Amino acid sequence: MQVSKTFKRIIFLELSIPVALLIIGIYHGLMQTIYRAGVLQDTSFAKLGYYQGLTLHGVINAIVLTTFFAVAFGHATMTYYLKQEPNKKLMWFSFALMLGGTLMASWAMLAGKASVLYTFYPPLKAHPLFYIGTALLIVGSWVPFFNWAVMYTQWKKVHAETKTPLAVIGTLINFTIWFVCTLAVAYEVLVLLVPWSLGWTTTVNVALARTLFWFFGHALVYFWLLPAYIMFYTILPKVAGGKLYSDLAGRMALFLFLLFSVPVGVHHQYSDPSITQGVKFFQGMLTYGVTIPSFITAFTLAASLEYAGRQRGAKGLFGWMKKLPWFDENNFLFSYFICGLILFIFGGVTGIINASYSLNTVVHNTAWLPGHFHMTVAGPVFLAIVGMSLYLYSGMSGKPVFMRKIVTIVPYLWMMGMLVFSFGMSWGGLRGEPRRTNLGISYLNPKSELFRSDWVPTTTLAMMGGIVMFTAGMLFIIAFFGTILRKRKAAGSLEIPVSEAYHDEKRVPLFDQFKPWIIAMIIILVLAYTPALINVNKNSGPGAPRFNIDNPTPLASDNK
Amino acid sequence: MAIDKIEKRIIFSSMAVMGLFVFSLLYAMKKYKSNVPECLPYDKAYAEPKVNKLDDKTYQVFSVASMWQFQPAEIYIPVGSEVDFYVTSKDVVHGFNIAQKNVNMMAVYGSINKTTVKFDKPGVYDIVCHEYCGVGHQNMHAQVYVNYPDAK
Repeated sequence: MQVSKTFKRIIFLELSIPVALLIIGIYHGLMQTIYRAGVLQDTSFAKLGYYQGLTLHGVINAIVLTTFFAVAFGHATMTYYLKQEPNKKLMWFSFALMLGGTLMASWAMLAGKASVLYTFYPPLKAHPLFYIGTALLIVGSWVPFFNWAVMYTQWKKVHAETKTPLAVIGTLINFTIWFVCTLAVAYEVLVLLVPWSLGWTTTVNVALARTLFWFFGHALVYFWLLPAYIMFYTILPKVAGGKLYSDLAGRMALFLFLLFSVPVGVHHQYSDPSITQGVKFFQGMLTYGVTIPSFITAFTLAASLEYAGRQRGAKGLFGWMKKLPWFDENNFLFSYFICGLILFIFGGVTGIINASYSLNTVVHNTAWLPGHFHMTVAGPVFLAIVGMSLYLYSGMSGKPVFMRKIVTIVPYLWMMGMLVFSFGMSWGGLRGEPRRTNLGISYLNPKSELFRSDWVPTTTLAMMGGIVMFTAGMLFIIAFFGTILRKRKAAGSLEIPVSEAYHDEKRVPLFDQFKPWIIAMIIILVLAYTPALINVNKNSGPGAPRFNIDNPTPLASDNK
Repeated sequence: MAIDKIEKRIIFSSMAVMGLFVFSLLYAMKKYKSNVPECLPYDKAYAEPKVNKLDDKTYQVFSVASMWQFQPAEIYIPVGSEVDFYVTSKDVVHGFNIAQKNVNMMAVYGSINKTTVKFDKPGVYDIVCHEYCGVGHQNMHAQVYVNYPDAK
């Protein structure tokens, strides 16, 4: 469909700014594997510290890229399916807030005033602009949600008896989850941390801050995942050459995510004090609940791919796998999706292990964890985001993709690098190798008395994988900006592949409305989080003053 | 509501698999007494680092984490002892991981964490801080000596 110039311009900015920032984000990913393997035995390289780089890596890749993309992809999806563009002023306003916030936080991180990692656990204190910038980025991403909600309501008035397109349901569910979970982190940042970091309040309840963070922190991973899920349900079957096996399964899965994405955050705090075992166990069980929609998705997508293979003439039980368009450079989206999904098999399995309550004590905060989540957020999420960014840009600008062959191979390279990296990290984690640690100085330095020779093979594997991924990432970035620099060949329009459903069930009213689901979501949330919040308030002692990263003595407060 | 037959089967099998997981989890908890840390209300008595010998085979360790050390840094206990670890932090968030014994806790300012573990075999057990706690994080560690030749 034809879209306005302003719409295109905003989408282009929202897609390309995070890809440009990825240069910093991916570079620091590579650097960490090099420090960790003991090849670099220093606190910093090229004037950027290890923990500063780790913060940049996490914030840029996991928050900035994902949030910008979710907004841009949401704009594209809502516009394409509802045939109506969002309000331009609101689009600009949201973009300005997100960009301003990103610039503030980037400045704080690059200046070395916010090396507190993307979890920013107090009482480590960051520069106030780091917190304010993050908050602005989040608030900026709320703005389009309200706009889309109005667009949807208007559309629904006219199309009351029509099934709402799956992609629209998915986008609205995703941003509902996002809005609910970010309320907690907004409270943490604006009420607890900003006044405290400025010295207006003296102390902060650390256990409470951690609980609020993880209220947001786990739902955040579904905010990363759902755009990829939307693509897997509504685009992948089409580009594979088939149909979506079941439309209703997609709706069920998405609504179940609405219920179970948020009230599970305490499973990140199994090892925390001040929260009872009962609360932890209950949220652990709810986490198992969230695996149900993932299993439904795995089945539906596999069935859709099998159908696609058979449509392409495949025979036998597994013949369909061979017939899929693995290396079709005119259909590069498929390679991004399929590589992501292969990684997600391992990401999902390791995730269930982490969720498994006492089993978590084996792996909590070890290198196993980054091994796990790189096969989710840096697997299906990252590959779907970058593949779709290039696809949308090329289509809307009318510029042909630069280095098409290489673009098609990048996800395979990335996947192989990721498998090696994650194998190394997971193996190391099982041997007690900590995450978020500059191992090169101590544990991986043969001259140190802390040297651990059993972590040499694991960190070396992770570094080898890191080098492969870095190469793949840079090739993609060259292809992306190469495409931007090319000459326009066509008028350019917003086109998104649309999968038909193989089992296109009749409209089921329950799966075509939000109200009952949102009510159920709130009930589960209150049940899960009231005891957790009571716990951290009741069992916590004094609040903590502010600490800089380089000094055990707390900072003085203005109120003293 | 018409659900495909194969799909119905897969939804039920998904739930059955998860049911099996829950069962295994509960079974393992009962059989191996594995659990997540215990929840205690804050008490500043635990903020003084020390090793308490309750009887020949029972010890209490009050471990206090700070930037960038654990106190006590060396813990000596006889083989076969059951040890209650109480962990807290004097400043930022730290981690307390004895990987060989699956002891895994966060040390948090204003909170007390607790777990119990039995040391059946002699040896030196590393305690590694596995939560980022500032520029000295990678050096933060301690040891439990269980009937080690040098043991006091």
